Amino acid sequence: MAKVYDAGVKEYRETYWMPEYTPKDTDLLACFKVTPQDGVPREEVAAAVAAESSTGTWTTVWTDLLTDLDYYKGRAYAIEDVPGDDTCFYAFIAYPIDLFEEGSVVNVLTSLVGNVFGFKALRALRLEDIRFPVAYVMTCNGPPQGIHVERDIMNKYGRPMLGCTIKPKLGLSAKNYGRACYEGLRGGLDFTKDDENVNSQPFMRWKHRFDFVMEAIHKAEAETGERKGHYLNVTAPTSDEMMRRAEYAKEIGAPIIMHDYLTGGLSANTQLAQWCQDNGMLLHIHRAMHAVLDRNPHHGIHFRVLTKVLRLSGGDHLHSGTVVGKLEGDREATLGWIDIMRDSYVKEDRSRGIFFDQDWGSMPGVIPVASGGIHVWHMPALVNIFGDDSVLQFGGGTLGHPWGNAAGAAANRVAVEACVEARNMGRELEKEGKDILTTAAKNSPELAAAMETWKEIKFEFDTVDKLDVSHK
Amino acid sequence: MSDVQDYKSSLGNTDSRKFETFSYLPAMDADQIRQQIEFIVSKGWNPSVEHTEPQNASGSYWYMWKLPMFGETDIDAILAECEACHKAHPNNHVRLLGLDNFAQCAGASMVIYHGQAV
Repeated sequence: MAKVYDAGVKEYRETYWMPEYTPKDTDLLACFKVTPQDGVPREEVAAAVAAESSTGTWTTVWTDLLTDLDYYKGRAYAIEDVPGDDTCFYAFIAYPIDLFEEGSVVNVLTSLVGNVFGFKALRALRLEDIRFPVAYVMTCNGPPQGIHVERDIMNKYGRPMLGCTIKPKLGLSAKNYGRACYEGLRGGLDFTKDDENVNSQPFMRWKHRFDFVMEAIHKAEAETGERKGHYLNVTAPTSDEMMRRAEYAKEIGAPIIMHDYLTGGLSANTQLAQWCQDNGMLLHIHRAMHAVLDRNPHHGIHFRVLTKVLRLSGGDHLHSGTVVGKLEGDREATLGWIDIMRDSYVKEDRSRGIFFDQDWGSMPGVIPVASGGIHVWHMPALVNIFGDDSVLQFGGGTLGHPWGNAAGAAANRVAVEACVEARNMGRELEKEGKDILTTAAKNSPELAAAMETWKEIKFEFDTVDKLDVSHK
Repeated sequence: MSDVQDYKSSLGNTDSRKFETFSYLPAMDADQIRQQIEFIVSKGWNPSVEHTEPQNASGSYWYMWKLPMFGETDIDAILAECEACHKAHPNNHVRLLGLDNFAQCAGASMVIYHGQAV
């Protein structure tokens, strides 16, 4: 029988709380950490989140009855305690796949982290995880090339790749900047990188930078006989300008370009990733602004969600944190989102903060980039944590070498190869790291000098955003 | 500045040419090579030997020595093929790969005999 129109405000839970609902394989599932205002029942808050992030508004409207709202609505189907924190709870919500435009992470986020995050009945809200159904994954373009195509393009096998962000971040002229790249590449790095702030400022316009950096790459390749690249940052004020810079990078033969996916925006990122796929270009992704979104344990978007969003939008590299360096990153949680970047199927694993099974279908993986305050002494741990399919990126840890970038690069290259060789021989890197590096340094004065320079540096602040399982 | 060491590498000095993984370490001895082959076998990868004239080393395709050794797990047999390739092409670079057929990508690659670099 048809429904009748009954104007007024109804409790959300009458419509959107469905504990008996079994999610479908095609549903998009979300886990929110909800901190309600005092006195509001959990079921009502969870239902409100489901409503406000899908079809609902604050009052019944007559046009609700023109459609089959029971088909289109989001459903709050489960509630769980947050271990060790009584101020909040997890709400699990299922959304029918029809709510989202195909291939548009923009559209998914606009719903899931839209108005609902400002909703008054909530004190705070955090999107902890999303399960994208494989049917939706297959509508997205994803990483332009993927891990193994990148290895074939760059001819790098059986070890992590090495990078270096050029410093100082800002203020170098194009020619001086190209010099810093050249020195790093000839010393044994695979990649150098534009810092995220480097776009096209008065001190160094983008085209000058691209030209000088390509000369650096060509000479370093001729000198070492190895393939080299530099992440040319094409992040720009408009997507038209971004594409102009990408086209020029292709024209001069650059193998890889770079984009900041959060500040640059997801539409621009998805567009660029598709262009990269069509043009055989690798795409390095920086994540400026992520900590604004993901660091507060009670409010925002967890980085594992931002990771999934990037894999769908498209990128071949993504910064992941280092666990051991200067930037925030819990070890188990980091291992969780590294799996999310690279694996084709990721099982639910609460000990790593993963709330759902995630099937990536045939979508290629993204290479995690460990960058930020790391140096040769971290190498054994980094190789152990990240494995071969990673880029280990030493900025200060290359450029700060007492003999300059080439020596700093060589030190890192010797260190990574020594660690890989030892690992392959069955040695335990994190236990025997000192011995492995000390032995390798006997044949590398560059490594010996690097070990001497950085021996005292440690980063031992506690992590702010810990996994909930570790809150006690 | 006297403490600062010069980084000796140049276009004119062929010693500057590198060969990707493990080429920044001293050449492996027989025992070290054996252990790397054990690693390739333990991963379930297919050993494969390739070689090239030094002047053509930068391309993706080196010459295959016979076919990849599908399913071969005998370390001595694999070493013997590396040696046979080197004997047949003493002036060429010879590399050993571990081909991961699931990733459809080499999981390991190392040059174990060097010709004269150019």
